[in-house]
Amino acid sequence: MANSIPKPQWQVTGQLIPMRGNDAVAYAVKLARVEFVAAYPITPQTIIVEKIDEMISHGELEADMMHVESEHSALAATYGAAIGGVRAFTATSSHGLAYMYEVLWWVAGSRIPVVMAIVARAIGPPWNIHVEHSDVMVTRETGWLVSVAENNQEALDLTILMFRVTEDPRVYLPGIIGLDGFILSHTVEPVDVPPQEVIDEFLPPRRQPYVFEPGRLVAMGNLMPDEIFEEHRIDMHYSLASASRVIKEAGREYAKLTGRDYSNLTECYRCSDADYLIAGTGSWMGDAKIAVDLLREKGLKFGALRLRWIRPFPWDEVREVGLNKKLVVILDRSISFGYAGQLFIELSSALEAKPSIVGVPAGIGGLDISYSDIAYIGEEAVRLLEEKGRIYIPVLWYHLGGFKSLPPSRQIETTRRAQFLSIDIESIGEDENR
Amino acid sequence: MIEMALNIKSLPKKKYVMPGHAACPGCPETIGFRHLGMALGDKAVTVIPAGCSAVIQGLWPKQGWGLPALNIVFAAGAATASGLARALERRGVDAHVVVWAGDGGTADIGLQSLSGAAERGENIIYVCVDNEAYMNTGIQRSSLTPHGAWTTTTHRGNPGTKKPIPQIVAAHRVPYVATASIGYPWDFIAKLRKAAKIRGFKYIHLHAPCPVGWRFDAGLTGKIAKLAVETGAWILYEYENGKLKLNPPSNRLLDPSKRKPIEEYIKLQGRFRNISPESLEVLKRDIDRNWEEIRTALRAQGDL
Repeated sequence: MANSIPKPQWQVTGQLIPMRGNDAVAYAVKLARVEFVAAYPITPQTIIVEKIDEMISHGELEADMMHVESEHSALAATYGAAIGGVRAFTATSSHGLAYMYEVLWWVAGSRIPVVMAIVARAIGPPWNIHVEHSDVMVTRETGWLVSVAENNQEALDLTILMFRVTEDPRVYLPGIIGLDGFILSHTVEPVDVPPQEVIDEFLPPRRQPYVFEPGRLVAMGNLMPDEIFEEHRIDMHYSLASASRVIKEAGREYAKLTGRDYSNLTECYRCSDADYLIAGTGSWMGDAKIAVDLLREKGLKFGALRLRWIRPFPWDEVREVGLNKKLVVILDRSISFGYAGQLFIELSSALEAKPSIVGVPAGIGGLDISYSDIAYIGEEAVRLLEEKGRIYIPVLWYHLGGFKSLPPSRQIETTRRAQFLSIDIESIGEDENR
Repeated sequence: MIEMALNIKSLPKKKYVMPGHAACPGCPETIGFRHLGMALGDKAVTVIPAGCSAVIQGLWPKQGWGLPALNIVFAAGAATASGLARALERRGVDAHVVVWAGDGGTADIGLQSLSGAAERGENIIYVCVDNEAYMNTGIQRSSLTPHGAWTTTTHRGNPGTKKPIPQIVAAHRVPYVATASIGYPWDFIAKLRKAAKIRGFKYIHLHAPCPVGWRFDAGLTGKIAKLAVETGAWILYEYENGKLKLNPPSNRLLDPSKRKPIEEYIKLQGRFRNISPESLEVLKRDIDRNWEEIRTALRAQGDL
């Protein structure tokens, strides 16, 4: 039962080290005995590759590090090494991801396991280096597994888990670990680094569907008849969808070895008796748990549903926990312009819009959202629900303490307002819908 | 002399281009790929960015290339090969990782990753198969299209001039850069074999006349390739550790009077049919400048 998952135990199996989220990813890369890393620096991803380079220089990690001239080449070189038979890793953010986008498709279509960290950051213009999920969200269509960490411990654990899952013959697809820029990437938290023996037991030597080397007459990527192309895509889809089983299996085993449970694709906090849910992904779901406690003190029975995995989409778990709720408030740190936040679109379809649903884009461009903001959002959503009986609002944009209601049906007003905003920045904070 | 070192009986009889491939009649890329296989044999692994050579392989499950062929997105030939070469070396596999790219994949969209791999000194052989336009998408100009040539995007003749890619790569101070032509297989094979013995980044620029794109009879591919060299429009040379050397027959053509008139080369090609006298002069000046640069370099080395 998804809503009865215990909170992951903070069991220390190795060494408890204070570190930034980016360091945690680097430690995971080391524990996974990665053999090849190629990357191009972009804030806030840089620490990952600096740390890996430091580990290699100090002889702690025996890997090849390639300093490429762009992200496009970073993923292409990582792919080249992976297809040549070694465990390979890269990391990027924001524009770097946008620049390498076509290569993401190529790697997934080749069915070659590769692991990449995306340190989530807004995409410009204007330039903005702060957290947002726009970069992570644009990977959903590419055939990669996509997970998002809540904290630094999870950044380490998910990276290790990702190597295991992507190299499983039932999956054979690449995978992404998202972690929030600065909030995790540059913030120090105590992280349990499991002993090498434990990870060696958990992670078998690399497996992949085929290897490129002399004498093996393999061709990858040449033209295919359209019907075979579609069959290939169908296979990708089912492999990714059924990766849930592999993730759960690996997560259970990881729990046995480390005490930290990853046997579910979601985490649900105080969900079982909840009337209302706050759903979302990433680091702010930690704040959402505090918000749930605060709201419950006020007599509002909230729970927090966190998506640890975006792909495969945790369909069963989301439905099990969400279908019978009165209200689901969906937090999105990104927006699909012209419609709604991506998680709103995905979750409301999985929930068949049975509960009342409010989509709340917030924290865009790194705007700080605290637990009190989330508690306020929850409270306001319940107030709206009680006022109207049933609500279904794709976009109730939370901005600087107030709401901007911009559902798709109000296109004309939206356009007018956009024009207005561009000439009068002072009035952004005004809240006429409250 | 390079040509003396090779004998046809010493070349492998194995076919590296299979019957039934999807190339047009008279295609120079199949000629070049055959020579690539003959030169490097089964140790070669090819990385092929988007272009004619991606299509020539044919439709799955058939495969026209007799070497492992890793197709890759347009801009990523050199980067993908870099990663692959490092992985194979790490695993102790003896291999020649070869990028087989067109002029677009090399001089335009692929130039950045080519430059990166050259600067890092990746242990790969990069072959640019230069048919002087985007033939795969239907004869659009590239930065390696010669001045005055018709393409489907330069109906009044290409206003630009051919980008000096071999010199640009040589300026990265890589150990080996060479030009070659599908009209001179011995020279190309010898250069591939020489490149295979050198550690680091090797670049070979293969001139490849395209009957469809250049508008000539499919039976004339070899003849036109030879004419390009004999008229001095294409020059065979190599830079070994930065030292320039002209190769036969170009080494006999420093004196312009020894070259055949350029008209003999261009009159066979429909792409130059409507070239204006002014454009023809520019084209000739471009060719003269290439030779002048070679003369200057040879003089600076003390070889002239």
